[in-house]
Amino acid sequence: MLALEISNLHKTYASGLQALKGIDLQVEEGDFFALLGPNGAGKSTCIGIISGLVNKTSGDVKIFGHSIDEEFILAKSMLGSVPQEFNFNTFEPVQEIITNQAGFYGVPARIARQQTEHYLKQLGLWQHRRSQARRLSGGMKRRLMIARAMVHKPRLLILDEPTAGVDIELRRSMWDFLEQINDQGTTIILTTHYLEEAERMCRNIAIIDEGNIIQNTSMKLLLKQLNSETFVLYLRDDLEQAPKLASFDNIVTLDHHSIEVEVPKRRSINDLISELEAQNIVVERMRNKVNRLEELFVKLTTKTKKEGAA
Amino acid sequence: MLYRFWIAYLTITRKEIMRFARIWVQTIIPPVVMVALYFIIFGNLIGQRIGEMDGMLYVDFIMPGLVMMSIITNSYTNVVSSFYGAKYSRHIEEMQIAPVPDIVILLGFVTGGMVRGISVGIAVTLVSLLFTEFSIHNPLIVLLVALLTSCLFALAGLINAIFANSFDDITIIPTFVLTPLTYLGGIFYSIKLLPEFWQQVSLGNPILYMVNSFRYGFRGTSDIDLFTAIVVILFFIALLFSVSLTLLARGTGIRQ
Repeated sequence: MLALEISNLHKTYASGLQALKGIDLQVEEGDFFALLGPNGAGKSTCIGIISGLVNKTSGDVKIFGHSIDEEFILAKSMLGSVPQEFNFNTFEPVQEIITNQAGFYGVPARIARQQTEHYLKQLGLWQHRRSQARRLSGGMKRRLMIARAMVHKPRLLILDEPTAGVDIELRRSMWDFLEQINDQGTTIILTTHYLEEAERMCRNIAIIDEGNIIQNTSMKLLLKQLNSETFVLYLRDDLEQAPKLASFDNIVTLDHHSIEVEVPKRRSINDLISELEAQNIVVERMRNKVNRLEELFVKLTTKTKKEGAA
Repeated sequence: MLYRFWIAYLTITRKEIMRFARIWVQTIIPPVVMVALYFIIFGNLIGQRIGEMDGMLYVDFIMPGLVMMSIITNSYTNVVSSFYGAKYSRHIEEMQIAPVPDIVILLGFVTGGMVRGISVGIAVTLVSLLFTEFSIHNPLIVLLVALLTSCLFALAGLINAIFANSFDDITIIPTFVLTPLTYLGGIFYSIKLLPEFWQQVSLGNPILYMVNSFRYGFRGTSDIDLFTAIVVILFFIALLFSVSLTLLARGTGIRQ
């Protein structure tokens, strides 16, 4: 079954800005789906329409088969949403924010209290339950929004940059939590600028740019499109200028001890090391310049912009 | 489904009541202090020189109007500040994302405003006992008019908040529209004192109907026919209810 089905969705703001230009998108039940795109690409507009915060210009959106227009009560009751910006009353106690949200979804008070305790404990906020939300740290506020979105046990959870500004340790604990609820059956749609996050967790992906979906495929298939990867090599000895290698064209000297090499898909790292060794250049360490998805993402969105400019 | 909406309604109402109850020193006490000053200055000091108005002591005459003024101001202020605050800090989205019909949101906010208006009205009535003797001609009329008026101004506050784009916008209407209409709504004088022309002009002020029907409930005398007054109030409630529901459905001020 489809958790989310978007057909020919358009959004033009009063200013004339065309944020969405007729996108189609399908997300299967149980999926962990990445919706990526540069700033201003239309991601948040799309999520805003699904969540009922933005009026669409035209098109259809269905959540588990229920239209957000004709069956908005059913559609919304299956959806949980974690927005990009903090949107809770910062003067309210943490526990009250969560139980109130459960109440808005029609969850009876006793169950709401149980659910609130469950998610606050799971997300490490139980000891702060009586604190006003404004007293929480940035990371805690993010977790508060996740607990709030989960309190009515949605079947589809949309997270708009949930780990923005969150430290590494906390980010990893949030990843574990999201993977856990996904394993338990919750469909998750994630937007993020940390592409390592998307590559690690998501099985399918759509890339949106300038209001159009430019890629919609599985993560594995997308990464296969990557024709080359760029590596940074740290050398043992000083190097005055970039070495000339027969099989590798794009070599850039970063400093006397490190170079950047683009390795085409048809070549292996062994080929590169061998050619360098033949010139008495010893590689001490190496790393990916950026992660694979990031490399592909930049290529795809740059290509769209070039085509748009042309 | 209806049970879920009922829970949502109770949640919004409770949230609204908790909001002003938490800061009761700022929300309940100031109007009580202000009305106590009105009683001292206009009721006792100046009122004794004025003598009788409509066959009763001046302080007895102004008492229902002062209670009504508190109800109007507080039911309006509660909703306008709460709804605009929710818009400004974006926690109105908590309700927009949830499966809550617009009418439930509207009723929740309006009930919150009514509870504050009536709470302040009760507090002001208790304070008035220090200055006047307690007498109610018809308690049902008093209750009915208090509920209807608080409902009407809670709705008006909601519409103001929907259109407001800044904190200045939520003070303009109370300062330049609500306060003049209230003061000219027969709280401090009977319109029979006015020349014929200004009596007719005064009939265009909806607050006149509320103050007079409320005074009828307390004292049994009114410048306006009670039935007409109730019909006028109900008409404005129906009008503002339809307008606010339409605005919420369109997402005016809250959805792009």
